Amino acid sequence: MQNFILLLSYLIGSISFIVGLKMLSHPDTARKGNLYAAVGMTIAILATIFLYKDDSGNYLGNYPWIFGGLIIGTVIGTMMAKRVQMTGMPQMVSLFNGMGGACAAIISIVEFKHLMHKQANTETTSTITEALNSIIKLVTTYSNPSLILFTILLGLVIGTVSFFGSMIAFGKLNGNLNDRTLPAQQVINIGLLLIIVGLLAAMVTGFTGIDITVLFWALFGVSALYGILFVMPIGGADMPVVISLLNSFTGVAAACGGFLYSNPVMLTGGILVGSAGTILTILMCKAMNRSLTNVIVGAFGGNKNGAAQQEVGGAYKEISMSDTAVLMAYSKRIVIVPGYGLAVAQAQHICHELEKVLEEKEVEVTYAIHPVAGRMPGHMNVLLAEADVPYEKLKEMEEINPEFAQTDVVLILGANDVVNPAAKNDPASPIYGMPILEVEDAKHVIVNKRSMKPGYAGIENALFFQPKTSMLFGDAKKVLQDLVAELKAL
Amino acid sequence: MDAIFIFFSSNYNMITIVILSIFLGIEVISRVPSVLHTPLMSGANAIHGVVVIGAIIVMGQAESNDYLVLTLGFLAVTLGTLNVVGGFVVTDRMLEMFSKKKNSKK
Repeated sequence: MQNFILLLSYLIGSISFIVGLKMLSHPDTARKGNLYAAVGMTIAILATIFLYKDDSGNYLGNYPWIFGGLIIGTVIGTMMAKRVQMTGMPQMVSLFNGMGGACAAIISIVEFKHLMHKQANTETTSTITEALNSIIKLVTTYSNPSLILFTILLGLVIGTVSFFGSMIAFGKLNGNLNDRTLPAQQVINIGLLLIIVGLLAAMVTGFTGIDITVLFWALFGVSALYGILFVMPIGGADMPVVISLLNSFTGVAAACGGFLYSNPVMLTGGILVGSAGTILTILMCKAMNRSLTNVIVGAFGGNKNGAAQQEVGGAYKEISMSDTAVLMAYSKRIVIVPGYGLAVAQAQHICHELEKVLEEKEVEVTYAIHPVAGRMPGHMNVLLAEADVPYEKLKEMEEINPEFAQTDVVLILGANDVVNPAAKNDPASPIYGMPILEVEDAKHVIVNKRSMKPGYAGIENALFFQPKTSMLFGDAKKVLQDLVAELKAL
Repeated sequence: MDAIFIFFSSNYNMITIVILSIFLGIEVISRVPSVLHTPLMSGANAIHGVVVIGAIIVMGQAESNDYLVLTLGFLAVTLGTLNVVGGFVVTDRMLEMFSKKKNSKK
């Protein structure tokens, strides 16, 4: 009976994940979907704690330790998640993802220890034929220790890569780390990957005869190194894609755990996230018109000193606050292009106020949202929604691009790469091919930036030097406050 | 050849779950507006926190004097819980923004 309840709980958990994910992909039901998944997870966890029995029919013990961990994790997790500002969301997701990866890796470490304890050693093989035979044996019987070992090792590798990769991604998004590319980075990465595969094969077949524990830690070390080097050269603009990819990695690592314990809810949850995460990664790449390989190989980071890009430079002109105010007040249509600068300055509320002031003067204001504006897809939507900007005012790229020609003023707030015309007309540019907001079609372009420093992709923007473009330097929040004051005084 | 049959039939359930889950994951996600990419990723992030169940099993089966395993297991449970709870709360906070504006419109 108790086993029945446990399995039923797992079934509820699995269903809640599926329904939750499904609901998360529609704006109206998203929040409920998240809640369903959370409830399902809680049921599955509680059922495991109280009803799970091992092979010999014993319940789990060590309750104080388990609940200690659960409580500490819950308190810290809630605090971190509540405290983080909207601009810091991407880092937070990456950090939590890393925690899941670490959890999977630790499970593998402990289970490896158990496995080694149970049987002194897996048989060692000395000839290639024997090694091949043992691979064949591996896929033949599920209870074969080699298959269990393989699952453990896979969980270790993926979990470790995911943890270290996520930590690097976190550091980069948080601004603690810069992009770094080693010479021959790709060769090193592929080499590390081959070493990982080689170690896996050696351990499962027992081919080398080296102490398997030594190999295990070597595998751990190489995986950690790979996780670090894999993310290190990838440019900040691609970080969301990487986080999404690491997210699906952790899913697969969780599924390995599911295999290990024949646990259906871990299996469905893990695989579901693995496949959904992969699709999401591809969708994000599509939104930036880049291929996944392109992102992983790290064209952004590696290309900087490579191909000769078109020289960009010349004179730019600044515009004063009062001129901006007058220009805007007497426009018919204004499009605001928000970017990371807006997010950093926490200027979303004052931006909404600007929009209201302008509307009082009968100016039509809309927002042009580039799919990857900010640091993550949807980042700008979340920020502006926080400031109560009506949903209908946010226009997606395809929708707004034809409208720029009828726009009087485009106000760019801390966006750079997403309006860089080099993406359209400079094949040597690292962002060539990415769809952009075609703001050049508008009559006037006003760019608010803190300085002339290039954007995240590290490239100059020819837009800033065009005759119809004026620069309005300063922190987005401060500038918008002054602008609103000027407009009110008009 | 026999070997493959044996493997297939002895793991039939697991294989079915894996394959169906893969398709389900693809199906569930494929038409999602880009606005929801971030919350969806965050939600999926919370779901793979299900790995904490594995950590709980490790912890619960540990000998009560095996301090190495206890410490590792404790760490795993804590980190896994962080993943689950943090993930769901962050997602909820993101989505809260959407629903707030829905209410104000009404």
